Amino acid sequence: MNSTIVVNIARFIILLLLQVVVFNRIDLFGVADPYPYILFILLFPVNGNRALLLLSAFFIGLFNDMFLNTGGAHAAACITLAYLRPYIFKISFGVSYEYQTISIAGKLTTERFSFILTSVVIHHIILYLLEIFRFSLIADVLIRTLLSTVLTLIFCIVIIHLTKPVKR
Amino acid sequence: MQQILNFIFKNSILLLFLLLLGISLSLTIQSHSYHKSKFINSANAVSGYTYQNISDAEDYFSLKKQNEKLATENARLKELLYNKKDTLLKPNINFPDTGGNFDVIQSKVISNSYNVHENYLTINTGNKKGVNPDMGVVSNRGVVGIVDNTSANYATVISMLNLKFKLSAKVKGSNHYGFLVWDGKNAGYMQLIDIPRLAKLKTGDTIVTGGRSVIFPENIPVGKIDKIFIDDQTNYYTLNVRLFNDMTSLSHVYIIANKDKEEITELEKTTKKNE
Repeated sequence: MNSTIVVNIARFIILLLLQVVVFNRIDLFGVADPYPYILFILLFPVNGNRALLLLSAFFIGLFNDMFLNTGGAHAAACITLAYLRPYIFKISFGVSYEYQTISIAGKLTTERFSFILTSVVIHHIILYLLEIFRFSLIADVLIRTLLSTVLTLIFCIVIIHLTKPVKR
Repeated sequence: MQQILNFIFKNSILLLFLLLLGISLSLTIQSHSYHKSKFINSANAVSGYTYQNISDAEDYFSLKKQNEKLATENARLKELLYNKKDTLLKPNINFPDTGGNFDVIQSKVISNSYNVHENYLTINTGNKKGVNPDMGVVSNRGVVGIVDNTSANYATVISMLNLKFKLSAKVKGSNHYGFLVWDGKNAGYMQLIDIPRLAKLKTGDTIVTGGRSVIFPENIPVGKIDKIFIDDQTNYYTLNVRLFNDMTSLSHVYIIANKDKEEITELEKTTKKNE
């Protein structure tokens, strides 16, 4: 249990740093920005404390808002994702997900892929709606959501694969 | 009472979610309104320190480019010095003598965004050096933005590339004023709107700041006219302006502090009150 806490705190800090130092500088075609820091929310223990998840998601989002000057858009997107996470689990892994031991990190299966995809789409659409915040620019919101989703998805899967725990 | 407590316990996660959502939504809405400064911004010790370190590391790799820039600037200044007569002919990049009372504070951009609709810069001078909100920021090639939030050692700047940015500007040599805004599309171009149809314009004319605001002195260069349109709704000219500044690569900037600003705003306030 103790090591889970340490791992999650480390993940919080490392993903936040990576986001600020590396990923915020990536800007494909001027519209696609990757936000793989949401892996923190995705990889949070499946049966972990939900209140703790909500609070830590709020803070990782708020830190990003601070660095990117986006007000509270990241925080709102992150807590929505954190709140909806059990429902996304249900959709992707089936109703009985609580009884199986599922982990997100591991070989990429259809279930895992659909879980990550749904989460990224939910996070990005809320993020861009709040960040742009103008109905006249709704087309831009959709384009940015679409392209950034692809980019974030690729980075998320690569990071999961690179940090996959070694089987003994 | 028992039932209320039960309800709270049962729905504690939902209530926590709604509380946090309320906080973040109010922060978001507040950040989109022009007249309120942001509560959460990158002008604080944590993000300032981080950006400063990243910027320091990056400087090593761009030393050559910066040297070239400074050398070009140096060459231009020398040219001005040696041909003193020409100073009046091409004052477009120099700080013009407007008879105002301005202080110039040197600073450096440590974080710059240009790919979203509301872009901000972070610079590494703050209150301690006398930087306050609503001061103008320029580089050696023209206008950059307006100071938004400040902390002791850092400040955030509303970039020109921000849908909230609005600046009074004019066509150089005339007194036809318009507002400089950004349509959120291209980081190299801005739009000058509401220029009256009487104005004589041609593409290539220089656009400079108007002397109507207390933020910038008059005649600071902005860009040159790229295309001229007529707005269907208002029947005014809308000009597409090619910026002199490359907003995607900014390093050394200067903050312009108007020493008379308080006096002017005070005066305008009392005038409005008397009306």
